Amino acid sequence: MGWGKVVSDWAEILIMEDKMKIGILRRCVILLAVFFVSLTSLVNVAKADSSEPIVIPTHNWSSQVVMAYVIGGIFESMGNNVEYVPADTQAVYEAIRNGDVTISHEVWQSTFGKSFYTAMAKGGIIDAGTHEAMTLEEVGVPQWVIDQDLCPGLPNWEALKNCKDVFATADSGGKGRILEGPQSWHGQEYPDRVEALLGDDWVVKFAGSADALWAELASAKKEGRGTITFNWTPNFTDADGFAFIEWPPYYPGCRKQDGGDSKCGSPKGWLKKAANYKFPKTHPAAYTAFSQMSFNAGQIGSMAKLVDIEGLSHQDAAKKWLADNEAVWKPFTKAGM
Amino acid sequence: MRDSKISTKFNAKVVQFAILLTVFFALYFFVEPSENNLLWRLPPLIAGLPFLINDFVSYLMYDFMPVEIYDADIDDYEKSPLIKEITRSISSAVLFCIQFVREILVGGVKTIVSFTSWDFVSENKWAYWPGLPWTFVCSATMLLGYSLQGVRLACLSGLATLYIAIFGQWEPAMQTVSLVLIAAPVSFLIGLSFGVLAYKSSTAEGVLAPLLNVAQTMPQFSYLVPAMVFFGVGDHAGAIATIIFATPPMIRLTLLGLKKVPPEVIESGLMSGCSDLQLMFRVLIPTARRDILIGVNQVIMQCLAMAVIASFIGAKGLGFNLLLALNSLKVGKALELGICIVLIAVVLDKLSLAWANKQVDYFSKMDFVSRHSYKLILIGLLLIWSIIAYLGSFFAQDGFNYLYMIPHNKGITTEHFWQAGVDWILDTFFFGLKAFSDFLIINVLVPMKTAYLGMPVVATFVLVMGVGYLIGGFKSAIIVGGFLAFIALTEWWDRALITAYMTTFGVMISAIIGITVGSLCAQSQFASKSILLVCDTFQTFPSFIYLIPVIMLFGVTDTSVLTAVIVYATIPATRYTVEGLRSVPESLHDAASMSGVTKLQRWMKIELPLAFPHIMLGVNQTIVFALFMVIIGALIGTDDLGQYILKALSDKNGIGNGLSLGLCVAFIGLAADHLIRTWAEKKKRELRL
Repeated sequence: MGWGKVVSDWAEILIMEDKMKIGILRRCVILLAVFFVSLTSLVNVAKADSSEPIVIPTHNWSSQVVMAYVIGGIFESMGNNVEYVPADTQAVYEAIRNGDVTISHEVWQSTFGKSFYTAMAKGGIIDAGTHEAMTLEEVGVPQWVIDQDLCPGLPNWEALKNCKDVFATADSGGKGRILEGPQSWHGQEYPDRVEALLGDDWVVKFAGSADALWAELASAKKEGRGTITFNWTPNFTDADGFAFIEWPPYYPGCRKQDGGDSKCGSPKGWLKKAANYKFPKTHPAAYTAFSQMSFNAGQIGSMAKLVDIEGLSHQDAAKKWLADNEAVWKPFTKAGM
Repeated sequence: MRDSKISTKFNAKVVQFAILLTVFFALYFFVEPSENNLLWRLPPLIAGLPFLINDFVSYLMYDFMPVEIYDADIDDYEKSPLIKEITRSISSAVLFCIQFVREILVGGVKTIVSFTSWDFVSENKWAYWPGLPWTFVCSATMLLGYSLQGVRLACLSGLATLYIAIFGQWEPAMQTVSLVLIAAPVSFLIGLSFGVLAYKSSTAEGVLAPLLNVAQTMPQFSYLVPAMVFFGVGDHAGAIATIIFATPPMIRLTLLGLKKVPPEVIESGLMSGCSDLQLMFRVLIPTARRDILIGVNQVIMQCLAMAVIASFIGAKGLGFNLLLALNSLKVGKALELGICIVLIAVVLDKLSLAWANKQVDYFSKMDFVSRHSYKLILIGLLLIWSIIAYLGSFFAQDGFNYLYMIPHNKGITTEHFWQAGVDWILDTFFFGLKAFSDFLIINVLVPMKTAYLGMPVVATFVLVMGVGYLIGGFKSAIIVGGFLAFIALTEWWDRALITAYMTTFGVMISAIIGITVGSLCAQSQFASKSILLVCDTFQTFPSFIYLIPVIMLFGVTDTSVLTAVIVYATIPATRYTVEGLRSVPESLHDAASMSGVTKLQRWMKIELPLAFPHIMLGVNQTIVFALFMVIIGALIGTDDLGQYILKALSDKNGIGNGLSLGLCVAFIGLAADHLIRTWAEKKKRELRL
């Protein structure tokens, strides 16, 4: 590849022009195509080898960012080159499919499962195994709401029927309010569920981002007021205690979008890993290690804690975690050998 | 005689407005709210538009003209659509440029990789480009400032770079700088060429004018999805989105500047025998320099304003760190990062201004040393600092060589100070603020929102088109009606009403505060200057910064969003009021004082009417600012158009939704813009300005 290839490409086009009588427009298009394709080959002269960097996405919550650096550190210890790129949590699957990003190491079942499978159906992305940690994404109350017995009977959902006033806010019009994450996370799932189970006495409000949820938890604590917010585990809020509402159990097809009546909670979900379909071919050793990687809730929590509680930077937290937990991650790297 | 004519005309207007309002309220109360009633809500006839856009884009990107591409990764040929290959080539070219600048500043291997291969770099550890020591970059910026303008600029740039370095933000800051150093010149060049094109050909101007209008009122979020789909995720996509966002003001100001060039200047150019090109580059552009330089300033400001937003699609640097800090509610940290962004903006702006204003001295005769003195000093500095950095590496602890590069987050930090301040405010005022917020929500915001949502579509049309007719005649009525019709025929009319309610509230309060503060400050030279400086500073802060303190104070409520809107949108109202009032000629003040008016009378009867058109332009800007902030307020939690635009970011078919929603927002802005501009023009004519 390189200049030689470009020159031969151009020569080919010139010869072709002589041989065939093709329309001027078509000729222009082909010339343009060859020009841009040669440009690509010039800019990415280097390809075809496993020293190409593995692109790891970073999202906007701590444990994910630390784990990105942890996994990057593991790859680097195996002699790979690694690159990190900030990416949107939903858009990342399309990016992996296109090859802009190589892997994703936190695919949460109920939030990202759909995007993951949609991308998989289009082709280009593969399932690279599941973490040991089980995840739960659900609305709930901070532990002290239970301790102070603001709404007797929680965390069972039926208790909510009698205490909408505890969770009412100024803009909820006297109804109880449940603060959901951004609408892009679960769409109409919570409004459907609340309408089916609790009826007209409750409203669902969408927060715009995760930080809005944490701010709500902080201010509710300050006021000693009850609040129901969306949250997930493993998360840094686990340290202070958080009780998830126990809705009627989930079964496949119970949600409205799947044809059900929405009278069910969220399932305990998996935490998967995804990779671009070329990854096993281009980086066989790294891929084997990646597919072996499995972290449990405690390990993920300890990564988040280093940043959220101890105040380390994400990179430092990853370094410290790798140094303290060699016994955990060394076996992953030896799997393929 | 003339007086009475004016007053009858005035009375006629009042009567017309009264009739309009009566009709509006009659419709408001008598139209029955039901889904099938066409007077209540129009059917979503163009709800299919987003799907059309999606289909078109996915055809273009995935099916159109496939070409065979050899993929070395999997050792096989793959079919890849032509457009995708073209956009990806542009991406890699842009990325190469960004990385090249970035690695000069902080070091790396990618530039070397571009000319060799990853294998080569992995095998040869020496093939690493060491970044410049921060001490050198710092003193070089100082030297640049000194050579371009003098001691003051040198101090400013020196202090700014020093701040960034010792607060441990060197690496992300340089990542942001490398993106801006590519995006800003590209925007400048594109903007200049399109501006020139529009000046040369009236067809081009006619085509560009509506495009520019829409581009400048589309919320920044709407650019992200298209940039991502066409160019992928990463610094290049961020840079391209930034370029798209930063170019329109440059085009507009170039055109404005060129049009203002007096014909005498052009004729003298022609008389001296200029060719077309010479006329453009030697005569027209230098004469229009003032407006073009304002354009450069706008480009730089917009580029840094996009720093945070571009990080949604993969731009590295300060913006991403700021987003992370905000996500974990570290206000202190976020503020520190915000200050870094402002400093970069200010330094780049001042340096580029000084560079453009520097006159070349053609006549002095200098020897080699004095002609190249700055270059020689620069080389000397590089040598000295490199040696010091090299020596420093022998004393480095834990691998951190502070004389070479202060590692990220290892500098001093004032985070705790700011955090303590925020905590103190929260502890002290929390319950007062809470009560205020509850009162506002229950008594003002909720009723206002309900009133807006209870507006039948026919009443809205009558009101807006009626106002259009009264201000600008039949033509205006049709124009604003057209904007409204587009929104009414999408499925987002109710969302648009909520956006309109928040924007109206924000604009009313902002305009009142802005005009009052502006008027007070305009009374003295010193106060005017200070308030303009405050405006400049607040305007450069990335708009995200405003979100976090308000969430902490007011929670996930409309009060939060509106507080942020008001803080942000008051800036232009204040600025234009001050500028408008200060531009009232001194002689008029004297004349008024001699006729014995009081200060208040002078303000009411003379200054305010004269400055009115300019103030209205300020209100116009306030509306645009408020709209942008309402949309960004989606990150707090709203249920208006913004929330849907945010959602489009992660939809798999988001491009159609994102663009159509962006158009809805743009059309709200354009309708308001049209009404106010027409009104201000009319007033101007009446005042014979």
